[in-house]
Amino acid sequence: MSDPLDPRAGEDTLTIFERSREGRRAFVPPRCDVPELPVEELLPQSAVRDRSAELPEITEPELVRHYTTLSSKNFHLDEGFYPLGSCTMKHNPKLHERVAAVPGHARLHPLQDPEYAQGALELMSRLQGALAEIAGLPHVSLQPSAGSHGELAGLLLTRAYHEANGEPRSKVLTPDTAHGTNPATVTMAGYQVVKVGTDPDGGVDLDDLRAKADADVACLMLTNPNTLGLFDRNIEEIERIVHDAGATLYYDGANLNAVMGIARPGDIGFDIVHFNLHKTFTQPHGGGGPGAGPIAVADRIEPFLPVPQVVRRPGRNGTEPFFDLEYDRPLSIGKMRGFQGNFGVFVRTYAYIRSLGGDGLKEASQVAVLNANYLKALLARDGIAEYLPIAFDRTCMHEFVVSGRGAKERLGVRTLDIAKRMLDHRVHPPTVYFPLLVEEALMIEPTETETKERLDHFAGVVRAILEEAGDDPEIAKGAPYTAPVRRLDEAGAAKRPVVRWRARDENPGDPARAQDAPASGTGAM
Amino acid sequence: MAEASYPDDLKYHEEHDWARVEGEQATFGVTWYAQDALGEVVFFDPPEIGAHVTKDQSYAEVESVKAVSDVFAPLSGEVVAVNEILAESPEKINEDPYGEGWLVRVKLSDPSELDSLLDADAYERLLEVGA
Repeated sequence: MSDPLDPRAGEDTLTIFERSREGRRAFVPPRCDVPELPVEELLPQSAVRDRSAELPEITEPELVRHYTTLSSKNFHLDEGFYPLGSCTMKHNPKLHERVAAVPGHARLHPLQDPEYAQGALELMSRLQGALAEIAGLPHVSLQPSAGSHGELAGLLLTRAYHEANGEPRSKVLTPDTAHGTNPATVTMAGYQVVKVGTDPDGGVDLDDLRAKADADVACLMLTNPNTLGLFDRNIEEIERIVHDAGATLYYDGANLNAVMGIARPGDIGFDIVHFNLHKTFTQPHGGGGPGAGPIAVADRIEPFLPVPQVVRRPGRNGTEPFFDLEYDRPLSIGKMRGFQGNFGVFVRTYAYIRSLGGDGLKEASQVAVLNANYLKALLARDGIAEYLPIAFDRTCMHEFVVSGRGAKERLGVRTLDIAKRMLDHRVHPPTVYFPLLVEEALMIEPTETETKERLDHFAGVVRAILEEAGDDPEIAKGAPYTAPVRRLDEAGAAKRPVVRWRARDENPGDPARAQDAPASGTGAM
Repeated sequence: MAEASYPDDLKYHEEHDWARVEGEQATFGVTWYAQDALGEVVFFDPPEIGAHVTKDQSYAEVESVKAVSDVFAPLSGEVVAVNEILAESPEKINEDPYGEGWLVRVKLSDPSELDSLLDADAYERLLEVGA
């Protein structure tokens, strides 16, 4: 084990629990100025612990150092270029954090009576209006709390719509380029997944779609531009085929960053759209949340939207109109979550939309597309293109995909090796091995917030890694060398996941812990 | 298995599956190319014994560190055995794709389907032009 006080300590870095020493405190609160009662008198017996919680005991400076050190090990957007394809890692303006932290926003209780939360409800109502305009669809629910959650809401709406029409259906179509969440959502919503092929142009195979779009198909879930970064040129024909079959057309908004203010899904004929606020509308990524995946829908889907809906009611007896939460929606699919959603995410999104305005959002999409095409052109030059050829080479949208097949065959290094070597250059790798139909794929999305110099630097890093691999492929195969951890045992992590920390041999806290379960996880699959 | 190989005694399906036919039965597995493209396999989800598998249709899933992938049946029939070793040691699919890493044994329902499968030479040509 390395020195536990060495801030550069690598894989042996101690957890906060392992730093714990009995009796240490980061903060000692002053004596309580109201009479203290035994906890047993305040809580029902079932809620009272039989022994104290195993909380770490640590001094304040050690606590601060622990987390500061951890944060410095993490690669993040504030440190460097992060072209993680399909994730839209754009800069999150710092202003948004200030606005979200305003006490009236941050401290609002979710059970607050709507009468005393008019400002928050107005913000939600205005955000719904803005998202409706961007989608080209009139009705919005902010309730779904992730893109995948929005997908699930969309398919539950589709099911409710078909059942209300007296024609339940059993299948949902997804292209073979779709994000993995699409087929997962289809299964979770109780439908059967039917995959549609890709044509040589990188779009939906129309003949395959026609063959599969029968009267039992409930919906086509489409990401456009798709995961190859290509706008489907046949979208109007796709819309006709799907609607002629009586199915709904679902727009996965994962790649909305390419078309804001330029093409509206509703105008194209989509019935349901989800937004990934964390991608397109600048939310912090990572940590699994909190997130938001609002949906916008057409008139015919509106009766089924989740409850409650934020609505503006006319004033009574000459009073001002007011905002309210509407529960009386008999055809609704119900609630998608507790309370109204992650409000801080709504505040940041609203701040972003209002800061940029309609023209600014359009420009953001234009520059995202420009940056992707500029970087694609840099990677199409000699010395790179023969090892990392562009898959489906045509003008791309906000992202593009290259194949590492050439590097694998001619240099003996794989996409994973190239990606790991990028970390030594302090660049985050692109998305790798997705989409699945491109061998050894690297999926690159620079976003609009990067400068030309950053893009030039990235292309230079790629070139340097390939040149180095030509001399000695073993260097890339052993990378990374400078990151806090080296190659991780991904297979071991999947086969024997340790998902819960337990004390191993030291036992500075509760003595009862010593007899507790073993150090590792269950190992069950 | 570090080096690519495609044994002559097997029949190949273009979705990178192989079949070893012995009388009325055949053993199925995935090819060297398939396991190499998948990367380290961490889980094999087998069909049930007695299940019917249909040529060109998915009958099982393999999960690697990269993705979950369908496994396609090279021939039709009824599953009579699944490789129990893979429950504990799915990495056998990588280490020995034609031996210990076999997936299922099937009682064939339509031996004439064999004619549509590729021999080793034809399969390797398919890989060269781009799978």
